[in-house]
Amino acid sequence: MATVKTMFLDPSRCIGCRACEAACRECDSHKGESMIMVDFLDRDWSVATQPTLCMHCEDPVAPCAQVCPALAILITPDGVVQQADTSRCIGCQNCVYACPFGVPKFDIEARLMKKCNLCYDRTSQGLKPWCAQACPTQAIWYGDYEEFVNEREGNAVNITNFGTQQVRTKVYHVLPDGTARLDVGALLAEDDLAARATTGSNEEAWVL
Amino acid sequence: MTVNKDFFEPSRAFNYDFQSSGPTPAKWNEAAHAGERLVPTHCSFCGVQCAMYLRVKDGKVVGVEPRDYPHNRGSLCPKGVVAYQQADHPERLLYPMIRRNGTLERASWDEALDLVVKRWTEIQKEHGRDSVAIYSGSSMTNEKCYLMGKFARVALRTRNVDYNGRLCMSSAAGAYERAFGLDRAPLPMTDIPLADTILVVGSNVAECFPVAMQWIWKARDRGAKLIVVDPRETPAARTADLWLPVRPGGDVALLNAMLRVLIEDGLVDERYVRSRTNGWAEVRAAAFEMSLDEAERASGVPRARIVAAARLYGDAPTSLIMHARGVEHSTHGVDNCLACINLALARGQVGKPGGGTMMLTGQGNGQGGREMGQKAAQLPGYRHIDDPEDRRYIAGVWGVPEEELPGPGAAATEMVHLMANGDIKSCMVMCSNLMVSLPDNAVVQRALDALDPLVVVDFFMSETASRADILLPCAVWCEDEGTTTNLEGRVVKLNKAAEPPGEARRDWEIACDIARRLGRGQFFDYRTPRDIWNELRVATKGGTADYSGITYEKIDSQNGVFWPCPRDDSEGTPRLFTERFNHPDGRARMHAVHYRPPAETPGGDFPFYLTSGRVVYQYLSGTQTRRLGFLNSQAPEPWVEIHPRAAERLGIASDEIVRVRTPRGSMELKALVTPTIRPDTLFIPFHYGNRHAVNQLTNPAVEPTVKIPEYKCCAATVEKLGAPGTGERPEGAGEGRRVGRATENLTPENAPAMFPYRNGEVAARASAGGSH
Repeated sequence: MATVKTMFLDPSRCIGCRACEAACRECDSHKGESMIMVDFLDRDWSVATQPTLCMHCEDPVAPCAQVCPALAILITPDGVVQQADTSRCIGCQNCVYACPFGVPKFDIEARLMKKCNLCYDRTSQGLKPWCAQACPTQAIWYGDYEEFVNEREGNAVNITNFGTQQVRTKVYHVLPDGTARLDVGALLAEDDLAARATTGSNEEAWVL
Repeated sequence: MTVNKDFFEPSRAFNYDFQSSGPTPAKWNEAAHAGERLVPTHCSFCGVQCAMYLRVKDGKVVGVEPRDYPHNRGSLCPKGVVAYQQADHPERLLYPMIRRNGTLERASWDEALDLVVKRWTEIQKEHGRDSVAIYSGSSMTNEKCYLMGKFARVALRTRNVDYNGRLCMSSAAGAYERAFGLDRAPLPMTDIPLADTILVVGSNVAECFPVAMQWIWKARDRGAKLIVVDPRETPAARTADLWLPVRPGGDVALLNAMLRVLIEDGLVDERYVRSRTNGWAEVRAAAFEMSLDEAERASGVPRARIVAAARLYGDAPTSLIMHARGVEHSTHGVDNCLACINLALARGQVGKPGGGTMMLTGQGNGQGGREMGQKAAQLPGYRHIDDPEDRRYIAGVWGVPEEELPGPGAAATEMVHLMANGDIKSCMVMCSNLMVSLPDNAVVQRALDALDPLVVVDFFMSETASRADILLPCAVWCEDEGTTTNLEGRVVKLNKAAEPPGEARRDWEIACDIARRLGRGQFFDYRTPRDIWNELRVATKGGTADYSGITYEKIDSQNGVFWPCPRDDSEGTPRLFTERFNHPDGRARMHAVHYRPPAETPGGDFPFYLTSGRVVYQYLSGTQTRRLGFLNSQAPEPWVEIHPRAAERLGIASDEIVRVRTPRGSMELKALVTPTIRPDTLFIPFHYGNRHAVNQLTNPAVEPTVKIPEYKCCAATVEKLGAPGTGERPEGAGEGRRVGRATENLTPENAPAMFPYRNGEVAARASAGGSH
């Protein structure tokens, strides 16, 4: 792959400050609305947070676009999946159901789909997307893969498995070393097992 | 290793790399921003002072754009992104107000200022000059901070002037002055990646200084280890290599124990200690006062973790300690900072690129604000008001006879009591919200109500402003120009992007106008902030904090200038203490510190420790951030964090409203049940006012030398509303809210085993299980 700049999401560096959300809301094309979401995984258990952003699926290419009956979701030659064209979007919400990552938002009042287009107005001019620009911990990082490998610790992965389905995305997740793909099904099963195995019995004596 | 000539080119006065910075791409204007201009400036909020551009159209601030700068690299936290929304905010105060028959009513500037001057003249004539006080702040430019000190001493000639930096930085300032002879973080943030181990003590660095985290991560990309000392598992602690969940107030026990391990393992840099420090023998002896088992009991951290932390810290060739309010908000805050400094000096780290200690100054201009002479015993340039030579010099700069300069006055925390008991009759509060920021706010309320008049200068109706007798509207940061000094000691320039709305005026214009009406106008003849700046440069010349070689132009061309910058041809000093410390003999002074418990320890009816702190979305007393929709919607009200083991015992579930009580008062707020806090500790964020203010509960005890209050530790209890025997109905029951199973509230008799401070319990547990 040529040196195509893309996004790298490293949840281990995310501090949940939502600077990305605040910055996304500053975009003139959707002022006051954020296309990126930051969630606590489980605040009753941990302070861990995770940013969710359009992953710009490459293979299969953009399931959201594939299911759009109005051909409203366009994909640029460099693989950026655009927000549904407002003059074409019929508000059917097919894209909302098709997205494996739960990214597109449906604005009921406007009857339009809304999602991240990687700040195309900025990135097409060589600037960073607002979220990656603002992110104070650089948990959201913009650049090409080689740059990432040179500058940062961490294992960048752009393949996600949902059960038997596999998606390769333009955007990378940064995962623990040795993880070749983000296997959502396997992680859920593992989590169930872990929950059953440890009912507080092996809690570390971390505090006196 | 001790003198870092290998890192420094001897011919260069200024060894600092600016290569990372660059201009904003020129194409920006093409992107549908026609008719806008970009005003380069810095954030209005915390001590990092991130650079930003403000987008200005038709005289209004309409947005923000990233600005590449050496220390923030174009990044902003959420507060920085929305800071611009203060400028055109609908709740801005637009005209002066005077309280008539109990309500604040609109008045003209002439009416308001003439009333201020008339009352002050009467009061000072009858009760003496010191009966009028100035309570200033540090979230404003150096020019304004300087002016407030001069205003108090020259226009009012009162000794009682102090500022809210007393509540945040006085511990660290006291410690650095004692140890190094100079109060400033000794290295720039861009040095952080040079460290091999970073020890964060009492700082929720991720939430309070989010932009600092990218430098910590750069260090970790190089393989650096991170140790976090905090009673809570903060976002930085979550991914740290080692988290030491220290008990509130147990810091000295922990830090001294780490020093003891360093000594026992032979990790002390003896050559450095011999050649560059004094006082090691006493410090060494103090480290052996407590055994590791005693330290474990006092600090609440398992001994194995203390040893692991000491070795991780001591084995690193370059190690950096970052500390903040967690250790400084304490009745032994200076000792806590000195204990950090002792560790760094023992390892020979101070003065080395990427090594040593770094205080994380909180307020926007928290560093500059404490050098400009608005502190009770201080004159500009970190001069001392009781030093005859310093007095003569400043009196000369100001053009007043030396004997006219008053002496040292009361600290901010003491001033409140002087107001309450009538020694201070009137006070002008500028850039402060005492009703939220001071501890035990019932006393603060009495103090403010006793004043006649209370004059408040603010741009929003803060909890303090709403109690004012005379309220004067002022400008927000982007409606004025001036300089601030960030937590690195880097002086940066704020630029004007808009005019103040309505009749609001710039703070310095208000002060100068009052001075004129007091008949002292000849000393306050400024037409622009640059006039004040140029006087300030002369006033600091030759002082410890020497700004005399810094010009607005130099700040622009160099991307900030680090003080001391004593000459026109000097480029400033990013790294301090590389060859000598600021004491006359050039050596650092080590001070032996001894563990003392906090002023109030749990027991009896109050079995928990209560600590307070910050959230990323709010800034200080919240006067600004609680009015910015995006920020406030993320954290609109406080909550209390409770460990599941404690919550289970009390039958408390997350989101349930509970009551937290201390010897001073009680408040009701939502619970957050989470294991990210010690089981014996409760946490409440402090940014909120009135019945949501944690400062209804906090302990007003202060550090004896610098008078900083102990916000971070007091005894408390948490009660379930509607527990059996209270006759109360749990709030929200039957409305679908999660409510835990009701049980009895805690009493001294039934407090469970999770509270190890009960007599003998720790020892019993340790020997019984063997796993602790």
